[in-house]
Amino acid sequence: MSGGEGAGALLEVTDLVKHFPVKRGILIEHEVDRVRAVDGISFSVERGQTLGLVGESGSGKSTACRAVLQLIRPTSGSVRFQGREISGLSRRQMRPLRREMQMIFQDPYASLNPRKRVGQIVGDPLKRQKVASGKELRTRVLELLERVGLSTEHYDRFPHEFSGGQRQRIGIARALALKPKLVICDEPVSALDVSIQAQIVNLLDDLQDEFGLAYLFVAHDIGVVRHIADRIAVMHAGKLVEEGDADQVCESPRDDYTKKLLAAVPIPDPRRSRERRAGTAR
Amino acid sequence: MSPDQPLLAVSGLRVGFATEAGTVQAVDGVSFELGRGEVLAIVGESGSGKSVTAQTLIGLTRSSNSSIEGSVKLDGQELIGAGDAQLREVRGERVGMIFQDPMTSFNPVYKIGDQIVEAIRAHRDLSRAQSRRRAMELLDSVGIAEADRRVDDYPHEFSGGMRQRAMIAMALALEPVVLIADEPTTALDVTIQAQILRLLERLNRERGLATILITHDLGVVAEVAHRVLVMYAGRVVEEGTLEENFYDPQHPYTWGLIGSLTRLDRPRPHRLPQIAGAPPSLLELPQGCHFRPRCPHEFSKCQQLPGLEARLADAPAHRDRCWLGPEQKRERRQVEGQIGLEAPQEAPGG
Repeated sequence: MSGGEGAGALLEVTDLVKHFPVKRGILIEHEVDRVRAVDGISFSVERGQTLGLVGESGSGKSTACRAVLQLIRPTSGSVRFQGREISGLSRRQMRPLRREMQMIFQDPYASLNPRKRVGQIVGDPLKRQKVASGKELRTRVLELLERVGLSTEHYDRFPHEFSGGQRQRIGIARALALKPKLVICDEPVSALDVSIQAQIVNLLDDLQDEFGLAYLFVAHDIGVVRHIADRIAVMHAGKLVEEGDADQVCESPRDDYTKKLLAAVPIPDPRRSRERRAGTAR
Repeated sequence: MSPDQPLLAVSGLRVGFATEAGTVQAVDGVSFELGRGEVLAIVGESGSGKSVTAQTLIGLTRSSNSSIEGSVKLDGQELIGAGDAQLREVRGERVGMIFQDPMTSFNPVYKIGDQIVEAIRAHRDLSRAQSRRRAMELLDSVGIAEADRRVDDYPHEFSGGMRQRAMIAMALALEPVVLIADEPTTALDVTIQAQILRLLERLNRERGLATILITHDLGVVAEVAHRVLVMYAGRVVEEGTLEENFYDPQHPYTWGLIGSLTRLDRPRPHRLPQIAGAPPSLLELPQGCHFRPRCPHEFSKCQQLPGLEARLADAPAHRDRCWLGPEQKRERRQVEGQIGLEAPQEAPGG
């Protein structure tokens, strides 16, 4: 089964498992238990589409992302990218694939090297993958900066000179540098101020249309996920409890946990909020 | 102490911090009142001055590089310039405070119960056994199951939500009249957040506990607050009742905040309305209205700072800092189509 490029889903995850052993003993270590962080999940991401992965802290959503990208080795299960099995590939084997799958992180303060200038940070993937160098590299980086809403004069600045929202834009420019097909976004807006969140969500939306990107969008905020995602998968205690069309999951959830999660999201409308509380209080 | 006197009256509060780059005026002329049994939400983004305002109320921003002006009166008693002993009595006894991160608010090497006992014994002449019984009652009253056993747990044995409950128990230990809650649910999962909000609401209802809730989340505000202050770059830009703020907001910044929310009870818009730009640096504040550079409605008058005034004839307590007339505001809000009331209402009721 070597489905060539163009066939099937861009990313297909089947029965993905990541267990962390709990060990006891000093000289003779033995496993006494295991933390089932990701416990057999299956999902797929289509080209140019967004799958939202929602869950609370400890649900295993970040571990799932890392296992998909092979940043941690899955315990078992299959991860197929463009039809090719990537689970278990070595670092060296993964390297050419890293062009195609990039990641945007939650904390724009921790995910940029404070000693490097913006131009270097954004240009680094291009240089490492030997895509561009010298003058061409600079031109490409400047284009990227403009595309994400920064200006060319930011090229020689350091990360500390930027606000949270601008730093997230730098992170997005870096992720896009290699023209990936899949971008995994791990809580990309949850550390940002409210007035900035909408800017970044809209930017991600525009970039998806322009570059035909597929997103695996991981977040705890189901409102944001519903806005950006085509489909939503709800994760709870290492398992997927529900998956479906984004509006459908939010409007008529089938699983009890999804219902509980949706009922807990505050409604920013005092009257509706009061009505709902009166309804649930019984 | 007349009954109609507000419990807490803050007027002209200014807090500045001297830095190497110059003075940062974190809070610039904030005034408000808090009545008995009232929940006042202070809403704003990072750098708006909401937390500094709250901390200054109980003297937590006093330091050699800060300058504090204005007046904070609790039951008529002035707290700005009050002595340390007096402030110590106010903290805990009269005003309790809970913080965003319940993990760092407890000392990790002492048992939860012992920390509450210590807080009680510092202020009350009770024996260890009595204080311990009180700590158990408190933990039980904030919804911690098996409080008699849990009282001997260490903070790491509690989950995030339980820690925040324990934090609230400790803040209530001396039966304060005011509770300051600074982003009390921001670090929590939504299902836990809902429980903590219900708890705060119950305390407010049952004990008449006046609460200042500091948050950036308008959803949280809609669930528990009675009145709202919206802060931007150190100043209050709008003040009103919960309903006024959500259904008839007067300041373009408030419109932007409400408009940019993702809402599950509505069909999703094609694009999220967004506020352009970013909050200003407190070291380089724009002249006049601080929101001017980000405001799509800016006009010549905005070069001057508008006062915080009531501009609507029928709502004397609804105040804002925007030069636009009420009619202009209504029209523009409609054009932007951002605001709660004007959006389509055909969404299925949750």
